Amino acid sequence: MAATSDESPAASVDPKLLEILVCPLTKTRLEYDAAKQELISRAAKLAYPIRDGIPIMLPEEARRID
Amino acid sequence: MSESSALVNRTLLRTRYRRAVALGGATFLLEQAADDLAERLSVVLRRFARAIDLGTPGDHVRRLLLEKKLVESIVGAATGYYAGSPGVIADEEALPFADGSLDLVVSALALQFVNDLPGTLVQIRRALKPDGLFLAALFGGETLTELRQAFATAEAEVEGGVSPRVLPFANLRDLGALLQRAGFALPVTDIDRLTVRYTDALALMHDLRRMGATNVLIERRRTPLKRATLRRVGEVYAEHFSDTDGRVRATFEIIWLSGWAPHESQQQPLKPGSARARLADALGTIEIPAGEKARR
Repeated sequence: MAATSDESPAASVDPKLLEILVCPLTKTRLEYDAAKQELISRAAKLAYPIRDGIPIMLPEEARRID
Repeated sequence: MSESSALVNRTLLRTRYRRAVALGGATFLLEQAADDLAERLSVVLRRFARAIDLGTPGDHVRRLLLEKKLVESIVGAATGYYAGSPGVIADEEALPFADGSLDLVVSALALQFVNDLPGTLVQIRRALKPDGLFLAALFGGETLTELRQAFATAEAEVEGGVSPRVLPFANLRDLGALLQRAGFALPVTDIDRLTVRYTDALALMHDLRRMGATNVLIERRRTPLKRATLRRVGEVYAEHFSDTDGRVRATFEIIWLSGWAPHESQQQPLKPGSARARLADALGTIEIPAGEKARR
């Protein structure tokens, strides 16, 4: 599925959505890394990617962090 | 989420939905469910500030609820892009929403594919604010009963065995109990039964493919369906479930669920012993004190 090309480099994620999102595994708060476009769950040691402004809240798609 | 007890292969489900979108999608059931959902919401005299559309294929529901001004904002949450530009990709079985953060959760024709429905319901209830509403439509147990019977007969005849082809759907009574156990107040369940007529069983199966609703059972047989079996399915279906004009019937049962996150403003049961009026007076009879036997 080709992403629609936007003028902005990365479609920004809705800040109101970020307020309500938590880690699906631990239900704990997430840290937003704007540069990397990731949502970080310290408790689960996972970084969930944001692609084209859409947070991908699937553990199998997340990056493991230490 | 343990694989051993899972019934639905959810990765396969995503593939099916993708193919359905590619085929153009059969959306008449979804459009009907979206209309019904909007109608049911419109009698709730409240506008919901923050809503989530959970797992619903396509974006009919979101567009309609915004159009009718029933919600201020609504975000689609689903496991894949079949949900028509969802705002967040999430698994219905592991919701990423903070406790008490939502005013409304709606879902149309999606939750029948969840393996752990009790778990999902509990997570929805927790994500709702007090007095938040959950309203969902899902396929019920009588759905595709004709197809199930036709497959069972044809497979037994042609291949000498029957394999699961159609998902065992939940029934109404179970779902009512599940809502209550998940902690919803004022739980309500009811059923809509729709009969859709097709030229033949193949046309029905083609539509199911366009809904992304073909077999996603873990226990499904890996070998492809034999042509002879498929032909027999068509024959059995036509023999047993056709109308006088030759068209065949397919039943779709849609179960509606609703429940509220508990709040003190809702109707509450009174404490035992707090009654102000005597039951005997209301019944126009004489009260017999406990321990005394009624004399005839």
